[in-house]
Amino acid sequence: MIRQNSRNRSKPLESLRKERTGIPGFDEITRGGLPAGRPTLICGGAGAGKTLFATEFLVRGATLFDEPGVFMSFEESEEELATNVASLGFDLKQLIADKKLVLDYVFIERSEIEETGEYDLEALFLRLGHAIDSIGAKRVVLDTLEALFSALPNEAIIRAELRRLFRWLKEKGVTAVITCERGEGTLTRYGLEEYVADCVILLDHRVQNQISTRRMRIVKYRGTSHGTNEYPFLLDEKGFSVLPITSLGLAHKAPTEHTSSGVPRLDTMLEGRGFYRGSSILVSGTAGTGKSTLGAHFIEAACKRGEKALFFAFEESQDQIIRNMRSVGIDLERFVKKGLLKFHNARPSAWGLEVHLAVIHKEISDFAPSVVVIDPITNFLAVGDAPETKSMLTRLIDFLKTRQITGMFTSLTSSGTNIEDSEVGVSSLMDVWILVKNIESNGERNRGLYILKARGMAHSNQVREFLLTDHGIELIDAYVGSEGVLMGSARSSQLARERAAEIDRQLLTERKQRELQRKQELYEAQLMALKGQYETERDAILRDLDEDERRRKVMADERLQIARLRRADNGEVQFQGDGARKARKGTVR
Amino acid sequence: MKTTPSKKLRKPTNGLEPPVDGDSARWNLRLYVAGQTPRSLTAFKNLKDICEEYLKGQYHIEVIDLMENPTLARGDQILAIPTLVRKLPQPIRKIIGDLSNTERVLVGLDIKPR
Repeated sequence: MIRQNSRNRSKPLESLRKERTGIPGFDEITRGGLPAGRPTLICGGAGAGKTLFATEFLVRGATLFDEPGVFMSFEESEEELATNVASLGFDLKQLIADKKLVLDYVFIERSEIEETGEYDLEALFLRLGHAIDSIGAKRVVLDTLEALFSALPNEAIIRAELRRLFRWLKEKGVTAVITCERGEGTLTRYGLEEYVADCVILLDHRVQNQISTRRMRIVKYRGTSHGTNEYPFLLDEKGFSVLPITSLGLAHKAPTEHTSSGVPRLDTMLEGRGFYRGSSILVSGTAGTGKSTLGAHFIEAACKRGEKALFFAFEESQDQIIRNMRSVGIDLERFVKKGLLKFHNARPSAWGLEVHLAVIHKEISDFAPSVVVIDPITNFLAVGDAPETKSMLTRLIDFLKTRQITGMFTSLTSSGTNIEDSEVGVSSLMDVWILVKNIESNGERNRGLYILKARGMAHSNQVREFLLTDHGIELIDAYVGSEGVLMGSARSSQLARERAAEIDRQLLTERKQRELQRKQELYEAQLMALKGQYETERDAILRDLDEDERRRKVMADERLQIARLRRADNGEVQFQGDGARKARKGTVR
Repeated sequence: MKTTPSKKLRKPTNGLEPPVDGDSARWNLRLYVAGQTPRSLTAFKNLKDICEEYLKGQYHIEVIDLMENPTLARGDQILAIPTLVRKLPQPIRKIIGDLSNTERVLVGLDIKPR
C-alpha cells in the first residue's frame, strides 16, 4: 500500500490545500477547513464532542461537497452511531446505502486475545484501505484510535504501526480526523500528537461556577495562519457549530440614517431624529426606572416600521414582558404573531458567557433582525466576572455593528453605587448612553431621564422627567425656574402655585377693566344728565324769550292801537315788528 | 467463506496436509495473513507444528489472505497480522503474532490451562 502511493510524497506543496468541513464557523477560524490530504488530531475529554465533530465532518463532506467518507469506529457499533446522530438529522444508513459512507466498527476484546510473538496491524490497513477504495473516500475518521492501546498488549508495536498508519493516510491522500482522549497534562493520553503533527484541535468542556461551556482551540496548524483563541461551540439539534466570536476590529461602517427610539420626545432630544442605525445604546439606571419599557418602546417602533426585532430577556419570561408592557399601552403580542418580534428568554445561569454569546449570535444570524434589545446585560455578571463580561459584550457589539443592527442594552445600576457607573464597564463602547434615575426629593421618587452621551449628535443636555402612563412613556420638561429644578409633585405644586398667581393677575386686570367701564358709564350718564339740564334750561330761556317777544308784540300792538287812535307816525313801529318775527324763527320748538 | 476449502493455503515447506476437513474437525482454526510475508510463513509453520504435535487428526486449518479478500477482516474483527482464530471449539479465541511462543499458543487455544 505504501509503495503504491509513494510518488505522492515527492509532489511539491505550493501552499497548503484545505478541505472544508462544512461545520458552521469552523471553516472560518481555520481559514478554510482542515489540511487536505493530511491527518488531523481531535483531542478532548470524555463527552467533549469529538465523535460528533468527526461524524459531522464526514456527513457534511458527503452531503455538501460530495466527498465520500469512511468512519472507522473503535468504540461504538454502526447501529449505535447511526442512532446517536439520527437526532441531529444525519441519516447514516441512507448515506451508506448511497455509497457515500462506510462505517466499520473495529471491536477488539482483550480477553479473547493472546499474544504469541511478532505481529503488525496490516489487517487494519487492509480494512481501511478496502473501505476507502470501495467508495473512493476522500475523508477518513478514526474514532478513537487509542482504543488500540487497551486492546492490544504490545505498545511498542502499536506505536510503530500508528506512525506507519499516519504516513500511509497521507500517502493515500485522504483527509483524516483522528480522535483522541485527552491525557493528564498532555494533549492525548498516549501522546499521539507526536505522530500527527499537522493539525491538532482541542475540544474542551469546562465547568465553571457550575456552568458548563464547550470550547475549541486550534493548538497547532502547520503551514497556515489560524485563529488561536478559544472558541465556544455548541452542540444542538443542528449539530456542531463553532462561533468565531472575536473582536472583528473597528472596520465597520457608520450609517447616517436614523432609527426612532419609539419615544417622540426622546427623539427630539437626539436632534429630533433618534439613534443612528447600527449604533449601540446603553440604558442604565436603578431598579424600576423603566429601562425595559424604553426597550419595549424601541422594539414597538421598529416593528411598526415593519422591521424585525429580537428581544433577549434574561430576567422575565415572554408572557410576563407582554403582560407588563400591555399595562403601559405597548402591545407586543401582535408583533410576535406577525413574526416581526422574537423573544429569547433564558436565565443567565443557564449557560456560560461564551455560550450565551454564541446563542445570541446564532439567534441573530437566524432571525436577521434590524433591532436587538438585551435586557439586562448586568445579569451576565452572575455568570462571569467583569472583564469576561466586558469582553463578551465587546464582541457582541462588534458583531451587531458589522451587521448594522441597532442594539439597546439595559444595565441595572444597584443603588448606592455611582449612578454613572455602568457596572459592566461597557459605557465606553456605547454610542449613546441614556441614564434613567430615580430622583428622590420632598419624600417622593421621580424618574428622570437624561442623555449622558450621544456620539455624533448634538443632543439635549436637559434632564427630563419621565412618566409611565397607560399609553407608554411620556417625557415632560422638568420645571426649571427660580425654585431650581423641580419634579413630580413638587413640579406640579409649583406649577399650581404659578397657575394661581396667574389667575390672580388675571382677576386684577379684569377688575380694573370693569372699573374703567364703570367710570365711562358714569361719565356718559353725567353727560346725558347735563345735556338734559341744558336743554331744559335752554327751553325755559327760549320760552322766556318767546314770552318777552309776545309781550313786546302785544305791547307794540297796543302802542300801534294807541297810535292809530292818536293818529301818530307809524315808521318806527313797522321796524320793531320785523325783529320780533326773526327771533321767533330761531327757537326750537 | 467458512466452507471454502483452503485453496489459498500455501503449501507449507514441509508438505504436510491437514488430515481432516473443516466440517468434521473438532478443532477448526483459521489463520489470517496478508501476503506471503516471512512472518506469515513462520506463523503457518509454527501452527502446523503445534497442531501436529497436540491435535493430530482433529484439526482443520484455513488460511485467509486478506490481501486478496480484505472484506473478510471485518467478520472476525481482525486487526493484527498474523491472527489465528479458533472457531471451534467455542468460544472463539484469537491469538495474534507469529505463534513463535508455543507455550502461549497452547494457553491461547486452551490446550493447556492458563
